[in-house]
Amino acid sequence: MTKLVSHVPEGPLEQKWISHKNNIRIVSPANKRKLEIIVVGTGLGGASAAASLGELGYNVKVFCISDSPRRAHSIAAQGGINAAKNYRNDNDSVYRLFHDTIKSGDYRSREANVYRLAEVSNNIIDHCVAQGVPFGRDYSGLLDNRSFGGGQVSRTFYARGQTGQQLLLGAYAALNRQVAKGRVKTYPRHEMLDLVVIEGEAKGIIARNLVTGKIERFGAHAVVIATGGYGNCYFLSTYAMTCNGSAIWQCYKKGAFFANPGFAQIHPTCIPVEGDQQSKLTLMSESLRNDGRIWVPKKIEDAKKLQTGEIKGSQIPEEDRDYYLERRYPAFGNLVPRDVASRAAKERCDAGFGVNNTGRGVFLDFSTAIERLGKEVIEARYGNLFQMYEKITAVNAYEEPMMIYPAIHYTMGGIWVDYNLQTTIPGLYAIGEANFSDHGGNRLGASALMQGLADGYFILPYTIGDYLGGKILTPKTDTNHPAFAEAEKAITYKINKLFNVKGKRSVDSFHKELGHIMWEYVGMTRNEEGLKKAIAQIRKLRKEYWENVCVPGENNEFNQELEKALRVADFMEMGELMALDALNRRESCGGHFREEMQTEDGETKRDDDNFMYVSAWEFKGEDREPVLHKEPLKFEFVKVASRSYAKI
Amino acid sequence: MDFTLKIWRQKNAKSKGHFETYKVKNISPDTSFLEMLDILNEQLINEGIDPVAVSKGCKEKFEPVAFDHDCREGICGICSLYINGRAHGPDEEITTCQLYMRKFKDGETITVEPWRTRGFPILKDLVVDRGAFDKILQAGGFISVNAGNAPDANAILIQKEKANESMDAAACVGCGACVATCKNGSAMLFVASRVSSLALLPQGKIEGARRAKAMVAKMDELGFGSCTNTRACELECPKGISIAHIARLNREFLSAKLKD
Repeated sequence: MTKLVSHVPEGPLEQKWISHKNNIRIVSPANKRKLEIIVVGTGLGGASAAASLGELGYNVKVFCISDSPRRAHSIAAQGGINAAKNYRNDNDSVYRLFHDTIKSGDYRSREANVYRLAEVSNNIIDHCVAQGVPFGRDYSGLLDNRSFGGGQVSRTFYARGQTGQQLLLGAYAALNRQVAKGRVKTYPRHEMLDLVVIEGEAKGIIARNLVTGKIERFGAHAVVIATGGYGNCYFLSTYAMTCNGSAIWQCYKKGAFFANPGFAQIHPTCIPVEGDQQSKLTLMSESLRNDGRIWVPKKIEDAKKLQTGEIKGSQIPEEDRDYYLERRYPAFGNLVPRDVASRAAKERCDAGFGVNNTGRGVFLDFSTAIERLGKEVIEARYGNLFQMYEKITAVNAYEEPMMIYPAIHYTMGGIWVDYNLQTTIPGLYAIGEANFSDHGGNRLGASALMQGLADGYFILPYTIGDYLGGKILTPKTDTNHPAFAEAEKAITYKINKLFNVKGKRSVDSFHKELGHIMWEYVGMTRNEEGLKKAIAQIRKLRKEYWENVCVPGENNEFNQELEKALRVADFMEMGELMALDALNRRESCGGHFREEMQTEDGETKRDDDNFMYVSAWEFKGEDREPVLHKEPLKFEFVKVASRSYAKI
Repeated sequence: MDFTLKIWRQKNAKSKGHFETYKVKNISPDTSFLEMLDILNEQLINEGIDPVAVSKGCKEKFEPVAFDHDCREGICGICSLYINGRAHGPDEEITTCQLYMRKFKDGETITVEPWRTRGFPILKDLVVDRGAFDKILQAGGFISVNAGNAPDANAILIQKEKANESMDAAACVGCGACVATCKNGSAMLFVASRVSSLALLPQGKIEGARRAKAMVAKMDELGFGSCTNTRACELECPKGISIAHIARLNREFLSAKLKD
């Protein structure tokens, strides 16, 4: 019954991609000129894919919801990008990068995909340097590296604290070059609202022109989804405000399976929520944990005083501080993985030891490091982050400890894809954060950028040829086909329905309420009772949404409330699937901590016997239960081990 | 904190705009400027639902104010706004999303306008069209390399200082504050940041002459003004990009023209 065929090639791990490339179809230049591809999204994945496909000679249409492709949220990534260059001679290799990524994903990702990612990582650095990305360098003129997220090797390339920005500007420049050549056409301020499927194959999209409100049809021979993650379902997150899951949700509803929807990453070092009106959370780079020490007071009365603002962190003497990560995980200390650090912070705050006005914050303290290294060294390492922190909080972190709290940061789940990055709908591809393929239950730091660019520059341009090679005689898609008319009609109906509710509550008020449910029950720790409660509450809220939301203005104009209303309508459905998936996965794995499944010391307990699979959900119709398909994960080349950080 | 807001309202690119006055109350000093606009919009939606409130003013007054925003951490470059006559408001080296209400006085009247410059037509309220920036970069803001062409990354040696200087210029977020704040509506700092960033690198030098000429020509064609070295752009640039890069652009451009 399952339709899940991963198409992973046979053979030894290091030969798979090479032999696969040799065996797939290619398309001649004369035929490429006749073929059209739609790329939705212009982050690292979308921009690099559109540029590379243009370079190959295809006709590409690329869509973004911003005013320019350069705004995509890849731009906000600070830390860096991994590659297995072994420039430091510290015995790094493709195998080690692969192994670290698999292990970090807690053995819930596909071996062959992850190996390929590590394999092409080196090409990415070469290409980005050739594009003029100003990576950090040594006095020798050679590229510099840093270690990241407590890695054992230094394999992270960086451009100050703006690596994502520089990589995206590189991909955007490559895209611009193809636009100038006429190979790529960009559609800024356009939002994909539906996927058009004809005779089982993806043939185009319906998009709304966000300036005029016009609903437009676009046809192609293949469609590539590169619209990023869906973490904004939680309302508060480190995502940009317009990041949304609507494009992947429409694909899901048209038949693409949604894999591991419940896997979301929570980043431990964000600036805590300040009040009810906050719109987003700001990440402070993980690198701060290299020198910062995390603590809360030992005495509950000190915590109370911090919460009411009677005292400041610096006034609490050393002996009254609980460096809880160093206490619980002496071997790793403050550098434990993201999920471990996040849960430990929540545990202390739940116990009443939070240090800010909301009781939802812990200290990240640099006083020891300043004493040891001097203020100048700390300033050289983190000056821009301290400045950013001060701009937001008006607190000088050289004198007072920073306050941090975990926040939603990334979604490992996404559209299910095979080894070719093709979804369960032929002709529909998903790349970057929009797919599920490489990060399993938890993503390794500095590997999101790597995956976006690997997919876009070096994987999709090859694999999509295998599909398009069979389409060289297929004429251009006719957008007068009834399937386009039908999709357009459904979208217009949905938009009118939203306007006609004429209710009493703003879209944002619903989004915030949904976010609260998600964060409370589908957040850092989950349990059966809470997840069931979340599903019931989301259903109730969704019903109210369609009876009581207020969308002002009209369709045929620039209307940001309508844009939000459509996205939140989808989040209202997506949240339920995320909870359902988390409920099904009765194990603690990666970023997904099930309270029922923990060791005696409160650490994660995986269940490889019952859950070593990718959960892929199939849409079965509105208000009907989706069907779960399982792609079993086989580990032929790595030894499956349990993740443990508590022992010395 | 309480504020009176004078906000530019304009239905679309063709219609005539005007200032509308609003009041917001009980704003925390730790609220960001854009969150304050969120609060205003929430207030407008709630008032718009109330027929009594609507009957007192025109319907359009109660439509939420359109403004561009996205990352809200100072890097995507989409937020704009002229606040009390300053691009990105009263703070140094920030984008509007990094501006907090603690920078204003309680009870203050704040004037909020879109970028006002010929190169960026207004689309609605505070939203402008910066598509011209994309067009300038399409004219030559790239190195002509296809994926798969590159030599090993360490085959290209770059002096640390040059790489740093290139990075200083590459920090441009494309917000357009430089153009909006320039009395001539010049896009020189924007163009210079890209030209200079690439000219400082050996791999970018190869196409340097062609790039400088093509991008300057496109900038002129799109109706941006000339640079008269007032340095206003440098003052308001959220990333503190120096006009030294304009000097490098001029050198690149002149030496390219001399060779013609």
